[in-house]
Amino acid sequence: MEATLPTTAQDNFFYRHRLMVGLLLVIGVIVAVAHSQEPRITHAVLSATLRQSTPLVLGALCGLWGERTGVINIGIEGQMLLGAFIGFLVNVFTGNLFLAVSAGILMGVLLGLLLAFMSVTLKMDQIIGGTVINILALGITGYFYQQGLTTQGKLQPLPLGPLADIPLIGPVLFNNPPITYLTLFLVGFSHYLLFYSRWGLRSRAVGEHPRAADTVGINVYLMRYVNVMFGGGMAGLAGAFLSLEAVGTFERAMTNGRGFLALAVMIFGKWTPLGSWGAALLVGLTYALNTQFQFLGLGEIPPQFMGTLPYLITIIVLAVFVGHARPPAAEGIPYEKE
Amino acid sequence: MSDPALALEVRNVTKRFPGVVANDKVNFTLRKGEIHALLGENGAGKSTLMNIIYGLYSQDEGEIYIDGERADIKDPNDAIARGIGMVHQHFMLVPVFTVAENIVLGSETTNGPTLDMRTAHQQIRQLSVDYGLEVDPRAIVEDLPVGLQQRVEIIKALYRDARILVLDEPTSVLTPQEASDLFRIMRELSDRGVSIIFITHKLKEVLAIADRITVMRRGRVVGTTTPEEVDEPQLAAMMVGREVLLRVDKEPATPGDEVLVVQDLRARDDRLVETVRGVSFSVCAGEILGIAGVQGNGQTELAEVLTGLRPAMGGTVYLGGVPIPFQEPRFLVENGLAHIPEDRQKHGLVLSYTVADNLVLNTYYQEPYAQGIRRRSGPILQRAAELIKQYDVRTPGPQALVGTLSGGNQQKVIVARELSRPVRLMVANQPTRGLDVGSIEFIHRRLVEERDRGVAVLLISAELDEIMGLSDRIAVIYHGQIVATLPAEEATREQLGILMAGGTVAERQPAG
Repeated sequence: MEATLPTTAQDNFFYRHRLMVGLLLVIGVIVAVAHSQEPRITHAVLSATLRQSTPLVLGALCGLWGERTGVINIGIEGQMLLGAFIGFLVNVFTGNLFLAVSAGILMGVLLGLLLAFMSVTLKMDQIIGGTVINILALGITGYFYQQGLTTQGKLQPLPLGPLADIPLIGPVLFNNPPITYLTLFLVGFSHYLLFYSRWGLRSRAVGEHPRAADTVGINVYLMRYVNVMFGGGMAGLAGAFLSLEAVGTFERAMTNGRGFLALAVMIFGKWTPLGSWGAALLVGLTYALNTQFQFLGLGEIPPQFMGTLPYLITIIVLAVFVGHARPPAAEGIPYEKE
Repeated sequence: MSDPALALEVRNVTKRFPGVVANDKVNFTLRKGEIHALLGENGAGKSTLMNIIYGLYSQDEGEIYIDGERADIKDPNDAIARGIGMVHQHFMLVPVFTVAENIVLGSETTNGPTLDMRTAHQQIRQLSVDYGLEVDPRAIVEDLPVGLQQRVEIIKALYRDARILVLDEPTSVLTPQEASDLFRIMRELSDRGVSIIFITHKLKEVLAIADRITVMRRGRVVGTTTPEEVDEPQLAAMMVGREVLLRVDKEPATPGDEVLVVQDLRARDDRLVETVRGVSFSVCAGEILGIAGVQGNGQTELAEVLTGLRPAMGGTVYLGGVPIPFQEPRFLVENGLAHIPEDRQKHGLVLSYTVADNLVLNTYYQEPYAQGIRRRSGPILQRAAELIKQYDVRTPGPQALVGTLSGGNQQKVIVARELSRPVRLMVANQPTRGLDVGSIEFIHRRLVEERDRGVAVLLISAELDEIMGLSDRIAVIYHGQIVATLPAEEATREQLGILMAGGTVAERQPAG
């Protein structure tokens, strides 16, 4: 991976990432112009973008940590849903939001353990393993959910001192509830871990050529277990975000396909944390714009048409900016020692 | 204790797999700084023995001593810690990683948890200088030619301070020039005290490079000797257990009309890279045209285009005077094309089908094997029984799953299916890859018989001996182009080797 060679990466960073740099400049100009014209709407759209993208990028990180080591996780939806549910229940019964979020994460980790057990140890078909988790999550949450449970509050924004006072950027970026900050940290941390650490190098080797990793003494099974569980924790956190930070309550099937969308975001982001983050922001932006247009009631355009906007933008960006993406070579294939 | 002058000693090692004894009380010694060839056919137990030494398998009985001390090698980490390095036949390199990343993987230099690639690059450059193994640590492995990838594997072992180096069939993917380069490197390493086990089934190489030779057959050591004491036929006899005909007996060809004419053919591989770049040649009835070349020079795509499995991007192909590009494989098969595909398990057979069903894969829809939409198993089984007998396929019966047969017998099933009907053109791509000497003999004989019967045979092979032994004319493919076509009797190994590596030879004949 190019990113593992910092010296060459710096040599011609701007040239090699010219598309990205150009894109960021264009976005910056658009945001600045929009802000000068309509500061309140711009702020609302950007905040909504960040809010919508948070569970998607967490889900995508979950997916990519699994796939980078060779395990396809289509159970992200279920991990999120159960994470959201358990987090909500703990909040209801203890009122301690820290415990609630931790419980959500732990739930995701446990479901990751289940997926790893099915796909690494039992060598089950990974798509079936993930489906099992999705069905399990829907069933359990549907069965145990009781209406009328009330929570004692949700996570509140924490302004980061003077940073929060910067115009536009301050309120959008530095006045958020804790899971949003944690997510931004996890994006950067995952990028570092995957491309600059020993753990990441070994993880990627296991996802590309597990036998090669095995012959140099890397424990393929252990790597897969740990990474799938690590990813599961992030999916659980995404669930906790939904029930404890964004909404403040639990509803049946409240993940609403975000776990699957997260997989698309991951592929869109070419199995990289930063790419996934960009992709999640884009998808989040389309949702935010859609909401905003409906809110403003641009009467001439039928809402159904506006509803297709997220998908249209996704297709265009995929076609124009994202070249051929290559998944990890060994993903989906259970590893057999000889 | 054992003799401390030995780098490695294997005593009475036995390893059983369900149904077979892969290593039967094997004894083997490796002296310090020697190149010791381990010779044997596929399935003789060489790889099993090496996997035991490298800790990938554990032996059922017997002991291993390293530098005179008993070693209990449970996994590759133990082997690496004891200074054993292995270069596997199928390289254990991550294609999308850089050279340096591949070399340090599993033994990384770090700065806290962060990889320290700068130091790694320096260490690798130092090793390159020390051992004369030049390679760019920043290059991406999949962009390198196989010869260089192999070098990366060797550096990978040296980076882990290997004192015993196991090379598993290292020359099977190399050009003759790359192979002699490898031999030079092996000599250099052994001069510096590295002990080398060289696994191979190529007799010439063994005699050229080894200090000592151990021959294995059916899980047992047949004997240990030196190149001075034996010659090729003797080694072959030790390996196979009987006298082997190393040369194919054949009369001079009597070529007839042109059956296959290829003009300026172009094709792309799966990554959309143009790998067949304007190929022209023709094959006449009753001759074998051999296409020599190192793997990955467009042979795979060429064969696929000719057999209707891949669309051509340009050029024309005539089969018996009829232009055929963009035809369905079935049309070609019905017009007399026989095909032995490169990968028999992937493209030649349906492994989960029976032998009988595999034998009618290209005729199952015709009378008498089918009647309307109904499949008739009676005639299919009867046909299978005939072919099994005629081609000497060793199978429990026509109803056995083809996946359970040995490689040689699987190949016989393909040959039986392809040749048991009127054929005008035979495209044989790597027809003997991975087969034992006996099966190779059989397949070679069949190809020559078909030629004598007037079939045009296109033989694509990376084995120079096979090309030189069978072909009437030899075309050399390099980088998607035919760089020369020579009559077989005029071609020499050296000349072909140079052409295969992209060089030029003084007296070069126009392609065609």
